[in-house]
Amino acid sequence: MSLYQDLILDHYRNPRNHGTLKKATHRAAGSNPLCGDTLQMDIIVKNDIIKDVKFSGSGCAISQASASLLTEAVKKKPIKEALSMEPKDVLELLNMGLSPNRLKCGLLSLETLKSALRHKR
Amino acid sequence: MLSSKIIKLDFPIFTHHPDLVYLDSAATTLKPQAVIDAEKEYLEQYSSNVGRGLYPLAETATEKFEAVRKQVSAFIGAKGPQEIVFTAGTTASINLVAQLIEKSLFSAIPADEPESRSRIKSGMTKANIVTTELEHHSNFLPWKELARAKDATFRVVPITEDGLIDLEALRNSIDDHTRVVAFSAVSNVLGTISPVSEIVAMIKSINPKTIILIDAAQAIGHAPMDVSKWNADFVAFSAHKMFGTTGVGILYGKKTLLETLRPVIFGGGMVLDACAKKTLYRESPYCFEAGTQNIGGVIALGAAIKYIENIGRENIRVHETALTAYTLKRLRETFGKHIRIIGPGEASERGGIVAFSLKDIHPHDIAQLLGERNICVRAGEHCAAPLHRKFHLNATTRVSLSIYNDEKDIDKLVARLEEISEIMSNT
Repeated sequence: MSLYQDLILDHYRNPRNHGTLKKATHRAAGSNPLCGDTLQMDIIVKNDIIKDVKFSGSGCAISQASASLLTEAVKKKPIKEALSMEPKDVLELLNMGLSPNRLKCGLLSLETLKSALRHKR
Repeated sequence: MLSSKIIKLDFPIFTHHPDLVYLDSAATTLKPQAVIDAEKEYLEQYSSNVGRGLYPLAETATEKFEAVRKQVSAFIGAKGPQEIVFTAGTTASINLVAQLIEKSLFSAIPADEPESRSRIKSGMTKANIVTTELEHHSNFLPWKELARAKDATFRVVPITEDGLIDLEALRNSIDDHTRVVAFSAVSNVLGTISPVSEIVAMIKSINPKTIILIDAAQAIGHAPMDVSKWNADFVAFSAHKMFGTTGVGILYGKKTLLETLRPVIFGGGMVLDACAKKTLYRESPYCFEAGTQNIGGVIALGAAIKYIENIGRENIRVHETALTAYTLKRLRETFGKHIRIIGPGEASERGGIVAFSLKDIHPHDIAQLLGERNICVRAGEHCAAPLHRKFHLNATTRVSLSIYNDEKDIDKLVARLEEISEIMSNT
C-alpha cells in the first residue's frame, strides 16, 4: 500500500494551521538535518489550554502532513494531554505505520510540539 | 551499448526481483553470480586464515588472497602488489592515510626545514590541509579532524557552478605549507569527472612535498584507470562499488612512500618481533593490515575484477555515458524548467550519476514513491553536505547507473516521475 494515501496528500496539499502566531506564548523549532525537514511550532497557551497552534517550515509530505494532523488534534486541548502524546498516537493520526527510515519524518511534529510547550517565550 | 538484457542474467537479484529498476549503483553495485560464487567457494571449500597456517587449506586461501593483491595492482596500473593495502572500505582507507600522515609525516616535514621551523616559531605560518566542496564526508571529515588535531588550516576549495573543482582557486590554495590535498576523481553527487593527472601535476609543481590522495570510490570500474599516470601518492576505493562485496577497501600507496610510514593499527599478522625492545614490524603493505582481513571479500573482489575485465572498462564507459546522455535528455524534455539537474551539462563530463530536484517535491517523497514501484534511487544529501550548501539545496534525488541498466529503466523512471509530479502537485 502506498504511504501516500488521500489523508496524507490532503494534509500535505492543504495544510491546516499553517503559518506563524505573532502572539505565540510558546515556540520551538525542530529539524531533521539529514532529510532537510524543518519545522517551527507557534502556540498560544491560556489557562493550560492550547488556544491556538500553527506550524511553518518545509520538508517531505510525511513531516508536513503529520504537523498538520497533529496541530488539528491538539488545538483546544489541555497542555497535559498534548505532552502525554506518544509516537503511536501520531502514527494513528497518520493512519499508517512508517518504516524506520521515515519514522523521524513522521515524528518531527510531535517532538517540536513538545519542545515548544516546554519553551515559554 | 552493452546488451543489458544479457548482462542482467549475470546478476541473480533480477531473478528474485524481475521488475527491479536499480538506479543506486553509486551507493553500492549489485553483485554478479561469479562474485557470489567466489565468496561462497572460499567459505565452503577452503575457509581458513591467510598468512599463518601451514596446512593446504590455509595455503590455498593465502595464495588466492595474495593473487588478488596482484590482480588489483595490475587493474589500476600500480607498480606492484606491495603498493596495495587491503582495508575495510574507502572510508577506512582515507582514515588510515590521515592517521599515517598524522603519525609519520606531519611533524617530520616542518622539523626538517629550519626555515619553516623559525616561521612557525614566530607564528607567521601554519600548515594547511586542502580538500574541496565536491567531497563525500569520508574525504572531508578525516582531513578536518587532522587539521584540528595538528592546528593546521583547513582549506575547502570551491567548485564552479558546473560542479567542477575550481582549478584557479585550488592553485591559490597550495603553498609551501600544504601538507595534504585530497579530492575525488568522480563526484558521488554530480558525477563530475576531475582531470586527476592535471591537478596532481599542478599541485606537485607548486609543492612537490604535498601528499595527494584521490578518492576513487565512484571512478573505479566505470572507466579505465591508471594510478601511475595519475601520479598521486594515495588512491582509495571500495570493492562493493565495483561489483564486489561490502567490507573490502583498497588503499593504493606509492611503494617509496609506504615504506617510510610507521603503522598505526597494531595486532596480529603485522609484526616480526613483538618481544624486541623496539618492536620489529613486517614490511609494507602487511604492516598496515593488522588482524584478519575480509578474506572471502577480497577473493570475491578478484572475481569482480575478472568480471569487469571481461566486459571491458572502455565498453562500460561507453555504455554508461550513452545512458547518462539519454537520462539527461529524457529528464530535460519531460520536465523542462520544472527540473533542476545539478552538475556538468554534458554526459561526457560526468560519470553515470545524475542528481536533480523536481519542482518543490521533497526528494524523500520522490524516492519513496519510486520505491513503491521498485525503482531504487537515493534521496538526501548523499553524505555531501558542503556540496548541497553550495547549490542551496537541502537534498536531491540521485540516479546512478551501471552496466545492468538500459533505456527501459530510464523510461520507467521518467514515467513514474511524471505520476509523482501529478500526485504531489498542490492543485
